[in-house]
Amino acid sequence: MIKLLKGNYALVEGAIKAGIDAYFGYPITPQNEITEYMSIRMREEGKLFFQTESELASINMTFGAAVIGKMAMTSSSSPGISLMQEGISYLIGCELPCVIVNVQRGGPGLGNISGSQGDYFQAVKGGGHGDCKMICLLPASVQEMYEMAIKAFYLAFKYRNPVFILTDGIIGQMLEKVDLLSLEDVLKNQFKNLSVDDYKKMFDASSWALTGCEGRDSRFIRSLYMNEGELTKKNTLLLEKYKKMEQELDWEEELISDAEVVLVAYGISSRINKDACILARKSGLKVGCFRLKTAFPFPSNRLKEIARTRKILVVEMSMGQMLEDVKLAVDGVNTVDFYGISGGDLPEVNVILEKIKNMLSR
Amino acid sequence: MFVLPKSLKPVKNHYCPGCGHGIVHRLFAEIVDELGIREKMIAIAPVGCAVFGYFYWDFDTLEAAHGRPPAVATAIKRLMPEKVVVTYQGDGDLIAIGGNECLHAANRGENITIFFLNNTCYGMTGGQMAPTTIPGQKTTTTAQGRTSLDGNPIKVCELISSIDYVTYVARTSLHSPENILETKRAMKKAIQNQIDNKGFSLVEILSMCPTSWKMEPYDAMKYIENVVSKEFKLGVYKDRK
Repeated sequence: MIKLLKGNYALVEGAIKAGIDAYFGYPITPQNEITEYMSIRMREEGKLFFQTESELASINMTFGAAVIGKMAMTSSSSPGISLMQEGISYLIGCELPCVIVNVQRGGPGLGNISGSQGDYFQAVKGGGHGDCKMICLLPASVQEMYEMAIKAFYLAFKYRNPVFILTDGIIGQMLEKVDLLSLEDVLKNQFKNLSVDDYKKMFDASSWALTGCEGRDSRFIRSLYMNEGELTKKNTLLLEKYKKMEQELDWEEELISDAEVVLVAYGISSRINKDACILARKSGLKVGCFRLKTAFPFPSNRLKEIARTRKILVVEMSMGQMLEDVKLAVDGVNTVDFYGISGGDLPEVNVILEKIKNMLSR
Repeated sequence: MFVLPKSLKPVKNHYCPGCGHGIVHRLFAEIVDELGIREKMIAIAPVGCAVFGYFYWDFDTLEAAHGRPPAVATAIKRLMPEKVVVTYQGDGDLIAIGGNECLHAANRGENITIFFLNNTCYGMTGGQMAPTTIPGQKTTTTAQGRTSLDGNPIKVCELISSIDYVTYVARTSLHSPENILETKRAMKKAIQNQIDNKGFSLVEILSMCPTSWKMEPYDAMKYIENVVSKEFKLGVYKDRK
């Protein structure tokens, strides 16, 4: 079913297609469409919609839903996600699944309500205190807002860990054509080989959730480990889990083979890169595009391989956050140039082209 | 004859001598047994001395972030209304860091039960001032005693009972056998209310912290009788029919 929808609405449709049980949200721009549309759609579906008293309540209600094995989601924008970080760490420590969405706005502080990519470090370098990791999905279109919501729930339950959807105010609020595909078709797009049955089976939480101890021993779920060596052991197990998550690595590349310069970005910046790439090719410049679809796991090996024979230009709506990961990946085998714009403004195609020309003339 | 409640694990008590938690843990387990709800229980332990509640209670228990049990309980109860959801919180958890979650859960009339242990200090972290510290009481952060600049004790029962949707609010104490039995009656009623779908119930229990109060256990009980229960008056504050 093809529709014209905002990204935030498409995300809601994706979550509902996935089978979400509960959504918790607190108003903040530019993600309000999620909360508002959830209030309509969840009630239509007979599911729990809850407008909370704060983002602290949002993440902890999400925790409550997760601890009893329900498919739960919360969403917010940058300052609200800062408030959620304690809860995110508890979810990770307690090994509970949920989906958290950040429709990024300008920062620091109250910043502004335009789209931004200034929360990359916050999302990718843990998300909370302690040794934390979350799979971080990076939609770049309204279509992907729909599909990645479906993917996120599965990965959350597969690893019993929160999955983070890092998007921005532009993707969230722009109207675009979206095909509200069947679950089967989305799984074909987002997974190598996953049947609808196997998808649905993943949400069976009966082996670990707290549902009352009828017919079994009582259980407890905690993140506190006080005895000597206990937490070290726990964190070693978590590390093994994070390593397994690396198989969920995903990216997209175009026109790389003969490229002399490769533009690297995620989310809305990658859409601008694409325009720049087309224009560059028209004027005979050999430029390719690399778009991250996951930030954790990070495509380090592929980026290093690309950089061996090609120059890299990172385009990002921040003062240089993903840039640091790209530099670590490239590991000095080539130069990494940067075009960053912060404060809610968008990168400009002309500036990207100018940067490419400078790089090629060096 | 002394028997261990089925809902209490046969473990050694790790609490300080004279602490009230051991008593309330046992009362909680006895009530769960008596009401036959062990298999429906989902309890929420706080951040504070009672964080290890799950080492004692033999029913499903989780550990919430500091102050957030009422939010966690809200989600659980709304999604599984057939379960019995109880939060067990201290004064710092319930009314300092978690004041907002408690207030809003009460205001929504969530059909949950809160057991609130008020020992007038932060026991686990070494006895700092709590929102319920008595004026003049010496703590590790009010070495000269709590002054008016540190605020006045927050009266949780008086505050929460003023909210329309709240069903039951009572303040009891652990300083004597009769008060302990009264505590058990109030706790049981607060859970029965939930089973009967009557809504939000909160029992505030004045409890001893001899270690932080730097008192012998007996003196700590006397301190509740002579000082704490004069500041926090015992009784039923609300019992909405």
